[in-house]
Amino acid sequence: MADHAHDHAHDAHDDHEHHTENFWTKYVFSMDHKMIGKQFLITGMFMGLIGVFMSMLFRLQLAWPGESFPILETFLGKWAPDGVMDPNMYLALVTIHGTIMVFFVLTAGLSGTFSNLLIPLQIGARDMASGFLNMLSYWFFAASSVVMVVSLFVETGPASGGWTVYPPLSALPQAMPGSGAGMTLWLVSMTLFIAGSLLGSLNYIVTVINLRTKGMSMTRLPLTIWAFFVTAILGVLSFPVLLSAALLLMMDRMLGTSFYLSDIMVAGELLGNQGGSPVLYEHLFWFLGHPEVYIILLPALGITSEVIATNSRKPIFGYRAMIGSILAIAFLSFIVWGHHMFVTGMNPFLGSVFTFTTLLIAIPSAVKAFNYITTLWKGNIQFTPAMLFSIGLVSTFVAGGLTGIILGDSALDINVHDTYFVVAHFHIVMGLSAIFGMFAGVYHWFPKMYGRMMNKSMGYLHFWLTFVSAYGVFFPMHFTGLAGLPRRYYSNAEFPIFDELQDINVIITMFAIGGGIAQLIFIFNFFYSMWRGPKAPQNPWKSNTLEWTTPVEHIHGNWPGALPEVHRWAYDYSKPGHDEDFVVQTTPLKDGEQAH
Amino acid sequence: MTLIVLVLAVLTALQLIRIFELSSKARKRAEYEITDQDNNNQGWLMLLFGIGLMVSFFWMLASWSKLMLPKSASEHGNDIDNLFNISMYVIMAMFVVVQPILFYFAWKYRGASNRKATYYEHNNRLEFIWTIVPALVLAVLIIYGMTTWSKTMNPKNEQEPMVIELYAQQFKWTARYAGTDNKLGFANVRLIKDANVLGVDTLDALSADDKVTTEIHLPVGRPVLFRFRSQDVIHSAYMPHFRAQMNCVPGMTTQFQFTPTVTTAEMRQDAEVVGKVKRINDIRTAKGEEAYAYDYILLCNKICGSAHYNMQMNIVVETEAEYQKWLAEQKTIAELL
Repeated sequence: MADHAHDHAHDAHDDHEHHTENFWTKYVFSMDHKMIGKQFLITGMFMGLIGVFMSMLFRLQLAWPGESFPILETFLGKWAPDGVMDPNMYLALVTIHGTIMVFFVLTAGLSGTFSNLLIPLQIGARDMASGFLNMLSYWFFAASSVVMVVSLFVETGPASGGWTVYPPLSALPQAMPGSGAGMTLWLVSMTLFIAGSLLGSLNYIVTVINLRTKGMSMTRLPLTIWAFFVTAILGVLSFPVLLSAALLLMMDRMLGTSFYLSDIMVAGELLGNQGGSPVLYEHLFWFLGHPEVYIILLPALGITSEVIATNSRKPIFGYRAMIGSILAIAFLSFIVWGHHMFVTGMNPFLGSVFTFTTLLIAIPSAVKAFNYITTLWKGNIQFTPAMLFSIGLVSTFVAGGLTGIILGDSALDINVHDTYFVVAHFHIVMGLSAIFGMFAGVYHWFPKMYGRMMNKSMGYLHFWLTFVSAYGVFFPMHFTGLAGLPRRYYSNAEFPIFDELQDINVIITMFAIGGGIAQLIFIFNFFYSMWRGPKAPQNPWKSNTLEWTTPVEHIHGNWPGALPEVHRWAYDYSKPGHDEDFVVQTTPLKDGEQAH
Repeated sequence: MTLIVLVLAVLTALQLIRIFELSSKARKRAEYEITDQDNNNQGWLMLLFGIGLMVSFFWMLASWSKLMLPKSASEHGNDIDNLFNISMYVIMAMFVVVQPILFYFAWKYRGASNRKATYYEHNNRLEFIWTIVPALVLAVLIIYGMTTWSKTMNPKNEQEPMVIELYAQQFKWTARYAGTDNKLGFANVRLIKDANVLGVDTLDALSADDKVTTEIHLPVGRPVLFRFRSQDVIHSAYMPHFRAQMNCVPGMTTQFQFTPTVTTAEMRQDAEVVGKVKRINDIRTAKGEEAYAYDYILLCNKICGSAHYNMQMNIVVETEAEYQKWLAEQKTIAELL
């Protein structure tokens, strides 16, 4: 199969050679996977800046509720009269922050960027199976980003029912201003987003299955590709369910249907809807929502596997166990969604079932964490900025994963559900780990993307400021959560019992602002290095994988001559019997050399 | 002003980079190359961070544990707290073992140009151990968790529980006691009219003795079955002191049952609570706010609109006699409508 794919890809490449590229086909409507990857990255970074900035604004309100900050009026206008944030705007900010970070940054920005960049390069393909679908996938994403940003400026404000947009709150414009035009645009944006994501995922799956070069068997694939491949499968199976949830919600909003609505009187008005159930929406939403966590996390773990192995100068420990744990996590992720719904009124028997399946995820997760740590053991660790972020990821993955054992347990979830304990848990295990994986990926593959090197010292500074403030923001939230403080509260000043948590809220906000500003170092380093960074050598990290056998200058079709042929797995680092501490995958086995 | 600061910041950064670049040129090595010096510095920073993480973790435990909710005021809450404590010991043990190992390895195996890593690709026995051991620990937690959950959700009481309806709407709570027959009369949003704010069916004989109240009073030691309704959007009835929570969903009735075990008056005497109230009142006095006395509360814990953050109700747990006295003062639906 690999042979055939090889020839086919080569033919396809020849067809392409007569193309002349102009500005539009090269930079805008590009069908080249490397350019599309960069487009995803830049768009994701732009959205990320908005998302992070929003969190800094609402952290101001949480630390000093009701106080006047002129900066709030500057950015929020009528939503912050005299510099005091309106409660509706607070809810809008947390909603859009969540939506942007989960979908636009950590799904499209992370998986979109690196799946596109790395799948063809690491499996030895000229490009994605369908360049055109790939282009469409980006432009659907770009359009959805535009709609989401536009929704911030509508008269009644952006969507503000929380990133999960549970109906009836999100279905009824009378229930809150944010459920008006802003919510409609949110749904339109997400529909476009899902369409783009599906096109991308299908392409990734087909490419990995069909276009691997000669010798690149599934068990020689780098773990990055395994992660992207399984992520794409998760996306294809779960995003359509969210799409149907969104479509039904649109019908309830616009066509007077009652999928999620029944027996409602809102703002003094009795609605005619009858027979629907919001719990149906919750099931549909979380059927995507939980796999989504792994759609975000798996690519970050894949990147980390690659970066940790390369920079420990050691094979990844337990390659097959790592693949097995990816598959186990992916499988389990489809049968645990109910743990978001223990107290929704779902039949209590289901609570037991979902507790059982949920806690099982800890087993493959523990295997991954231990394998990363063992990979460091007796390594020769090269502390590139990417390596720092990868070690940071292992730390946050462990710290955040452990609290999942509390939250996944239905009996314990009763009392910590929707408190800051949850906020701490998912930000550490999913938010931080994934964003660290994304940073690791950018630092590691920047030379591949832009042919230049990023500044190392700024990378170090960026990492340490980010790492310290990340723990500073989210670790204390465990304690406010266990004190019973609910999330999505505009202010906790209405409850004297929470008065003694205010000092912690101030500490968290300080770290949040510090950590947010530290990201400017990264942005600066990124753009400065893009234009002024030193020219990259072909294989700057002395890595084994195929992407480093391509020329530094991007060419359409990736390899100037024939496609490379693969003779070994991706992790022959420091293998005895070789002079160098790395052996590129294209190197044939020596006489008598054992494959891994 | 902000603009000037920004411009200056960018210029400083540019100058810094020039310095990095010039100094690395002077060393005849590209800036991006990782030197032994870098590995040494970053390795030590990793070790330092690991130590810092542990120190701050224990510092937070020591100084912030007192902020947690006081002891449970319900029967099943004690089971939940036991399970919580055991799970917490397990995960904290993991945390303080695994994190130091990670940062210790990062420091210990920091790179040096004269070293080579050990080629070590897998070890089935080791991997078997760290699959089986977590599996066994989790098996215990799963079984313990599932039994606690079914005990909580399907409580077996000798006494018939007293039924109270909790009704949620943007942005307040209303309670309805089932009265002497302990049965709630039928109610639906379509029947809401004037003073009949809960939409109770007055033709239903069961509703005549129901009592609508704006505060919840519970007799200590008597099981109570809450039945939740919502008028508009999803709310969540969160009673953290009783380790109780259930969503209120428009179009359906949900329920949660528990037995309060400590009266409000007793809880106010509890040493932990006394300390908490004193700390809170120190803060409030400093800000010139009125003094606070400890009360059980019901909060909304599912985003429900602009005033979600202030949707609360007091819960009073008292002796049977006090409760009966309070209840007698409340008007029945028949008297009210």
